[in-house]
Amino acid sequence: MSKRIIPMRQMEKGQRGIIHSIKATGELGRRIRDMGITPGTPVEIQGRAPLKDPVAIKVRNFRLTLRNNEADYIEVEVEDNEA
Amino acid sequence: MTKELVVALAGNPNCGKSTLFNELTGGRQHVSNYPGITVERKEGFLTFDGLRLKIVDLPGTYSLTAYSIEELVARDFIVDEKPHVVVNIVDATSLDRHLYLTIQLLELGVPVVLVLNMMDMVEQRGITIDRERLEKRLGIPIVPMVARIGKGKEELIRAIVETAHRHPRSNQKFTISYGPDIDHHLHEMERIIAEQGFLVEKYPPRWVALKYLEEDRQIIEKGDLADRELSERLKAMAGKIADHIAKTLDTYPEAVIADYRYGFITALLKDGVVQRPSVTSKRELTDILDRFLTNRLLGPIIMVFVLYLVYTITFKYSELPVEWVNRFFGLLASYGARALPEGPLRSLIVDGIIGGVGNVFSFVPLIVLMFLCIAILEDTGYLARVAYMLDRVFRIFGLHGNSVMALIIGGGIAGGCAVPGVMATRTLRSSKERLATILVTPFMNCGAKLPVYAMIIATFFEAGRAQIMLILTILSWMIALSAAWILRSTVLRGPSTPFLLELPVYRLPTLKGLLIHTWERTWQYMKKAGTLIVAITVLLWALMSYPKPPEEVLNSIPPESHSQFELEYSIAGRLGKSLSYITKFCGFDWKINVALFGGFAAKEVILSTLGTAYALGTEDEESTKSLSERIRNDPHWTPLMAWVFMVFVMIYAPCMATLVVIAKETGSLRWSIFSLVFNTAIAFMLAVGMYQGGLALGLSR
Repeated sequence: MSKRIIPMRQMEKGQRGIIHSIKATGELGRRIRDMGITPGTPVEIQGRAPLKDPVAIKVRNFRLTLRNNEADYIEVEVEDNEA
Repeated sequence: MTKELVVALAGNPNCGKSTLFNELTGGRQHVSNYPGITVERKEGFLTFDGLRLKIVDLPGTYSLTAYSIEELVARDFIVDEKPHVVVNIVDATSLDRHLYLTIQLLELGVPVVLVLNMMDMVEQRGITIDRERLEKRLGIPIVPMVARIGKGKEELIRAIVETAHRHPRSNQKFTISYGPDIDHHLHEMERIIAEQGFLVEKYPPRWVALKYLEEDRQIIEKGDLADRELSERLKAMAGKIADHIAKTLDTYPEAVIADYRYGFITALLKDGVVQRPSVTSKRELTDILDRFLTNRLLGPIIMVFVLYLVYTITFKYSELPVEWVNRFFGLLASYGARALPEGPLRSLIVDGIIGGVGNVFSFVPLIVLMFLCIAILEDTGYLARVAYMLDRVFRIFGLHGNSVMALIIGGGIAGGCAVPGVMATRTLRSSKERLATILVTPFMNCGAKLPVYAMIIATFFEAGRAQIMLILTILSWMIALSAAWILRSTVLRGPSTPFLLELPVYRLPTLKGLLIHTWERTWQYMKKAGTLIVAITVLLWALMSYPKPPEEVLNSIPPESHSQFELEYSIAGRLGKSLSYITKFCGFDWKINVALFGGFAAKEVILSTLGTAYALGTEDEESTKSLSERIRNDPHWTPLMAWVFMVFVMIYAPCMATLVVIAKETGSLRWSIFSLVFNTAIAFMLAVGMYQGGLALGLSR
């Protein structure tokens, strides 16, 4: 099983991974970090809102939600099951 | 004289901070602000062992940066008012995130007592926390608690008193390492700051240095004022570090600092402080509930059902108490009419004062129930799910998922009030989304508009009353959202801000919390109502009674038309009459105009003014015939008129209190005036459209 790095938007419901990097700067970057999303932190996709956006995630044992276009700035290392 | 200790309560949102505050202070609290959002200070007192403890509830924050109003308020309070102790309450089930704020408080060099809340959940999940080890590592006293049942309260109070006595604001030093790229330079900056005594009267030198690295707006501004030259030098040093970090690590100092803080916490907790059971396969209750409550299909259905349930409860259970209140004031009015001699004084008391106060109180039951429902939705954590499910919709209109909060408090759910609603927009960070939300919040059906709708609906519609209320609510949302879209694509154009919202764990609210919450909000309403509304009803009574027509003119017309003529002759009557040249296009006569004019003061005044207008305008002043019967017998009123009137009331100019708050929140009178003109213009256009359209379709009867 190989590992690959994908943006959080591409993760599916129930999928887990480890935060690899955060590309956002400025206010968004600050808010993401304030919520405890930092490199090396495990993350799990809880689900998506009825209109498929925003996404709900579980990180550091609590739940939070962010928009897909915000999730784009968060890169996650996931196990590649297709390979 | 007893000694007073000032204690600040700090913590993340949703960590049980309000619960702890209520538990500590009980009923003895003072809110200098509308609740819902605690940006203003909430103070309470408790006495212990001859000491008086003043507890100040700081706004819930995740961090202590300078970029949100809440965080600035919290930070400035701690720095400027120097509380004897800062009690930092954290959710013990997710220490790794909650300690992020703790670390920042410690770096600020203030005496902290750490409360580990929700210890029952910790035990339930089989997690163990080594309290002594954590105490030693952080160098502060730690108190385990279950705030909802008050467990650990005694111990906390003792720890507060002890800490206050131990540290007369001593310089306990807490530092963490920020890695080789920063540490060395940070130390150098700290040395210079300490040497020059730069900002040291308020802040620890190392903390100031960190803020220069983080490019903290507030501190750099203060630094520029204190010593321009040194400030520039520090900026240059920080800039050099930033360049280095950008080149070598492809990131920036603020990010590195945050990562090291979390790194410190993770290492700390792993170092024998927290032990989790190895198997955590058991699904938590919140996850199970979320599967249903935010399900793609079920979620929205449940949401609509919940919102409808709120209406039903608010209306059904308030019916009887409202009737009691009405009967009481009706009796009072007839007693007053009998007891007092005929003349201006009787008119003032019966028509002005009793009428005004009666109308204010008649929907207190409604407001109590409605606030109770909102408090339940907030405290259970469901309101955040509503924001989650609706964000995609709100974004279309240029708003934010958090706009939901303001719109709901403003009246998105059966009632509410635009005043706290407008204040609730403080959770929004972008000034443009916030402004748009502020400007459209008054379109929602606030608690003051409800009795107007209720009276009109009861008068003209026999069946489907709850459904009509639902239609009015949906209509108000549609209008508010369209208006937001218009504003965001014209006067308030600009990109959207981060959404990122916590979805708190589902919890059963405590009865005490619900009651305090509901009572606070209702009391705020009554205070506002009690003073402003009655005063304005009296003022309007004066406007509607004076000037009196000259004797000889009155003598020339038949006596049965005297009252009618007197009202038309008054200032308000003349105003209403001259406005009716324009308002005739939407079917409003001068009586309705007078009532709507009264509504500028506060929407609930519409009813009392309409009541006064009809009571003054008819011959049998003695009778306490209800307003409903009077307008039903007025041929001018038709079901079409009823709809046009309700829609106009929904949309037109916000009440005075709301306009005052808008001016305060936006920092300029400009937006209040804008709101007044914009809303009234939209209301008039829609009303004319509806009325003329209805007439064209033959709906005149």
